[in-house]
Amino acid sequence: MTDLLTISGLTRRFGGLTAVDAVSFSVNRGEVVALLGPNGSGKTTVLNMISGHLPPSGGTIALSDEMISGLSPNRIALKGVARTFQLVRGLPSLTVAENVIASLAFGHRKLWGAAARTEALARLEEVGLAHRADQSAQDLTYIDQKRMELARALAAEPELLLLDEWLAGLNPTELRTGIELIQSLKGRGITVLLVEHVMDAVRALCDRCVVMNAGRKIADGPTEKALSHPDVVTAYLGGGHA
Amino acid sequence: MKSVLSLQVALFVVIVAALAFLPVFASPYGLTLMIGMLGYVTLATAWALFSGPTRYVSLATVAFFGIGAYTVAVFSESMAYPLLLLVSAAIGLLVASVVGFATLRLAGVYFVIFTFGLAELIRQLVTWYEVNMTGTLGRYIFLPVTPEGIYWQLLGLAAITFAISWGVGRSRIGLALKVIGDDEVVAAHCGINVARVKLALFAVSSTIITLVGAIQAPRWTYVEPVIAFNPTVSFLTLIMALLGGANRLTGPLLGAVPLFLLFEWLSANFPNHYSIILGLLFIAIVFILPRGVLAFAEENWKRWRRHEVKTVPGVAE
Ligand SMILES: Nc1ncnc2c1ncn2[C@@H]1O[C@H](COP(=O)(O)OP(=O)(O)O)[C@@H](O)[C@H]1O
Ligand SMILES: [Mg+2]
Repeated sequence: MTDLLTISGLTRRFGGLTAVDAVSFSVNRGEVVALLGPNGSGKTTVLNMISGHLPPSGGTIALSDEMISGLSPNRIALKGVARTFQLVRGLPSLTVAENVIASLAFGHRKLWGAAARTEALARLEEVGLAHRADQSAQDLTYIDQKRMELARALAAEPELLLLDEWLAGLNPTELRTGIELIQSLKGRGITVLLVEHVMDAVRALCDRCVVMNAGRKIADGPTEKALSHPDVVTAYLGGGHA
Repeated sequence: MKSVLSLQVALFVVIVAALAFLPVFASPYGLTLMIGMLGYVTLATAWALFSGPTRYVSLATVAFFGIGAYTVAVFSESMAYPLLLLVSAAIGLLVASVVGFATLRLAGVYFVIFTFGLAELIRQLVTWYEVNMTGTLGRYIFLPVTPEGIYWQLLGLAAITFAISWGVGRSRIGLALKVIGDDEVVAAHCGINVARVKLALFAVSSTIITLVGAIQAPRWTYVEPVIAFNPTVSFLTLIMALLGGANRLTGPLLGAVPLFLLFEWLSANFPNHYSIILGLLFIAIVFILPRGVLAFAEENWKRWRRHEVKTVPGVAE
């Protein structure tokens, strides 16, 4: 197994606050890795720096040996990184299908016209949203917007998929389908780095966990081992999580 | 689909061809009216090309319009007419690129204020230059261009603007503009080079606007900065595009025609209260039809249709 993502000494400051403090870890090709930690520990900020939404204050991010830290999000997207956002970001003035076509048309595949439409419907089918393809995106429920966002990310055929609490707010049935969906990505060679609070999902899905607290990495290892690490137990109890 | 498309193209060609014969029948006053109307139709359509989908509300319309008119005034005696238009367009494009590069990072109200300030700044610069360097304020434009000639040029420019707008609306770049208008962060994460797309469309839109000013300039025979850079032009363009709906191809046209005629009538009959009425109208449009007449009509049509379906017995909701 080779590293797809290598992060070293990654740091991000907001004024006086160091939200991410010299964090290093790597993700192997084909792995599903969880990034865990109490609220405010810097998980979203890490994803934001990987996707290029925020430039790092220090440290480096490499995607299969190529430096991507500090590149603009559109360049990073074209190198094979796609993501969903913690607070779902749909494109409300477009239809559901057009939301997906947005990433097909400008991603590395540059699909357009009938080919893009067919592909968009296939991706929507995958997340169970094909029947809403021609509805306005703003009429979707919150959960369906999350599905649409995942379809948009998958349409980019990413090498690395970043999911920021994508399973949050799903009911038990939806959660099961959601977990199966992410599981199926593994078979397609997509590497996943996910931020998640649903521990059952983490246990079911993830090969490995990286745990953060107050901007620092406190544990990194196989899921059960990382979760039972004494610092992790303390951080979670202190952070108000079970 | 194919046949609908060719029908639309045919209709477009027939309308433009019919309009080309208008000067044969129109009175001089009629022709003047048509020139003004075509000018505003083109301005509003070009404005909406960029500002419609991206929602970057620009008040720089008159900056570019004025640049076009002034370039013609300054070089009218030293250049052949076709070259004048080319030079105007080139200057408009250059200014748009520089300004766009510097300002398209600004969002929302900051962009609006900047563009308004830009128009004022250029007016002041031109005034300062004329007073201190040339020692005059106004300039005369003597060009052997007939009103018919101006009309035909504007008609050509309007047709090209529509064609561009139509093409952009159906193309990838049109989708990119809409995605940018909805969420620039998502746009960038989809692989769109947000800055480049915005700059390109702002430049195209501004160049067309510059050409409208350049083509119309000979009508004035005399220009001063206050005339060429009159901010009312920016506001009228904006309100016309908003009234019709800036997100549809024919929206700006549908707003520009009635409003132009209304403004002509108002300025002829109420020259002293013109700007008050204009302001009130502006407020009314923004409040009553914030997304334009076309969107309003479409929503009501849908509502009416839904109502129809509901009243048919046996149709489940
Ligand atoms: N854009 C920002 N500006 C200022 N502070 C921020 C910004 N984004 C995150 N933060 C701060 O950084 C810290 C980490 O936030 P975040 O990465 O969202 O945590 P998590 O995703 O682990 O809950 C928090 O204290 C948060 O308030
Ligand atoms: Mg977060």
